[in-house]
Amino acid sequence: MSARTLTLDDLLGLDRYEIDEEQSHIQVDQSRCQRCQLQPCLTVCPAAVYVVTEGEVTARYENCLECGTCQIACDSGGAGGITWRPPRGGFGIAFRYG
Amino acid sequence: MEKFDAIVVGAGPAGATAAYLLAKAGMQVIVIERGETPGSKNVSGALLFSQVYSEIFPKFWESAPLERAIVGHAITFLGEQTSVNLDYRDLDEGHVPHNAYSVLRARFDPWMAQQAEDAGAMLMPGFTVDKLLQENGRVVGIEAGGDALMADVVVVAEGTRSGLLKEAGLRTDEYHASDVSIGVKDVIALPEDVITNRFQCLNADEGVAYTCVGHTGGVEGGGFLYTNKDTLSVGVVAKIDAVYKSKLQPHAILNEFKAHPFISRLIAGGEIVEYSAQAIHRGGVHLIGQLYGDGYVVVGSAARLLLNNVMTLRGMDVAVASAAAAAKAILAAREMGDYSHTALAGYEQNFKATNVYKDMVTFKDTYPLLENERLFHVYPELAGAVLGDMFTVGAKPSKKGLKALRDDMRGKVSLWQMLMDMNQIGKGLVR
Ligand SMILES: Cc1cc2nc3c(=O)[nH]c(=O)nc-3n(C[C@H](O)[C@H](O)[C@H](O)COP(=O)(O)OP(=O)(O)OC[C@H]3O[C@@H](n4cnc5c(N)ncnc54)[C@H](O)[C@@H]3O)c2cc1C
Ligand code: SF4
Ligand code: SF4
Repeated sequence: MSARTLTLDDLLGLDRYEIDEEQSHIQVDQSRCQRCQLQPCLTVCPAAVYVVTEGEVTARYENCLECGTCQIACDSGGAGGITWRPPRGGFGIAFRYG
Repeated sequence: MEKFDAIVVGAGPAGATAAYLLAKAGMQVIVIERGETPGSKNVSGALLFSQVYSEIFPKFWESAPLERAIVGHAITFLGEQTSVNLDYRDLDEGHVPHNAYSVLRARFDPWMAQQAEDAGAMLMPGFTVDKLLQENGRVVGIEAGGDALMADVVVVAEGTRSGLLKEAGLRTDEYHASDVSIGVKDVIALPEDVITNRFQCLNADEGVAYTCVGHTGGVEGGGFLYTNKDTLSVGVVAKIDAVYKSKLQPHAILNEFKAHPFISRLIAGGEIVEYSAQAIHRGGVHLIGQLYGDGYVVVGSAARLLLNNVMTLRGMDVAVASAAAAAKAILAAREMGDYSHTALAGYEQNFKATNVYKDMVTFKDTYPLLENERLFHVYPELAGAVLGDMFTVGAKPSKKGLKALRDDMRGKVSLWQMLMDMNQIGKGLVR
């Protein structure tokens, strides 16, 4: 595969995750999203975790790279709808190179 | 309830260093790390600058899992179809340690944690610290996975995503999207000898580092390309607010950077083996966060410590230096049997005495420069255009440099503006 032609899904598919099937480490408060003008979460996430489905902002938390960007972007450029906590110990992304 | 002398939250460079130094001095230390193994959550470029490391971990280069010694640093300006490259090489092969080494954090961090364990610290990986425990406004321990652990002092070494202090109501400083960048990165596999040859290295122990300006979607930020043994680390670091204003997703910015012909030739034939991202503080002496309080210290990225002067991006060695300064203060506090904020204030004095801090002060004027958007989408293009004019023998009469510059500047930047910018660059980097 050439180094240039991968889609985001392909890229995420290369990474190793230990998915926590029981709980999401990301909560989104819809009432805040309703009054969020800029919706920075839809742009800044390197894994495109945030998507709008049926008018609601939802988080595909299993793709999260745990970079911490969304919380910062939402708090200062959005309406503070995100509560991001680290996944439970041992779950989530597991980089092999880092 | 279990009680330790010190609890360290996070086994990155900051946490591992604090644990190593405290354990070495005979304290009972536990390090709690949320990754299944240290480093499995961590992303850096990464260049590890040797000086500070060698002061704490003498001869680290003999046992640490390093990728290549960085014998060449280049700064490259990328225009649409041009590149202007300032390439510095240290051709003296003999001296060890080298100025910097490339590392991959998932491989390097376990080594640091091992140094702490060898010194007697206990490592508990695979546990997320959920909160700090307080009594009368003083931090007395932590809670992880439903269990409480107590200690005389807690070392908060959580990295950029640090949230424990804020949740405990102890954080007085707030993060802003303009003070933090996002770094996205591909690790690209190529055969060891291809890398050695392509980057004009003598052998597989030598490597180079490119810092690039321009061709990042017009977003304030920069790109990097570092050589590892049999992989390349290729990424961009861009200001978070600039990213969401641009409406360009981070991986699209990275793709644009990689598609530049200068970069695409360097990574040609490679295969991406990992995609990663991590928020990173913009750094600078003006953004240093809170360093200590009653019963706790904050070290490394959790205290927003980082130094970026365009030429070098230093977070790991800065983290190590801060952790060493904090450990010294903790050991003094132990002598007094007092871990109050007054007793721990020595940390700040110790840190301010380090060269790392002095460097942060020296480069304080570099930060306004990093906010100057012309640096990202006017000057890289201009540099290529002017040199292009001067090297090219074309159908039109040739021009001298200044005339070429005046012509190429037209419509892009005024002379006045450029003089102001030169002054800013001068203040930030030269004088
Ligand atoms: C793209 C990019 C490129 C970079 N390039 C370089 C470079 O070339 N050179 C350089 O020197 N620096 C570089 N840096 C900066 C460097 O990565 C950081 O400054 C450095 O990692 C800070 O070290 P730290 O120990 O403070 O934090 P971290 O390395 O982030 O370590 C924090 C640790 O704490 C753990 N943790 C967090 N929360 C909890 C919790 N609640 N419970 C338990 N454990 C927890 C994490 O899993 C992690 O292991 C780069 C950063 C980025 C993002
Ligand atoms: S940025 Fe925050 S508040 Fe705005 S839409 Fe996204 S999650 Fe909701
Ligand atoms: S932490 Fe990073 S990867 Fe995870 S959801 Fe937030 S922005 Fe996306």
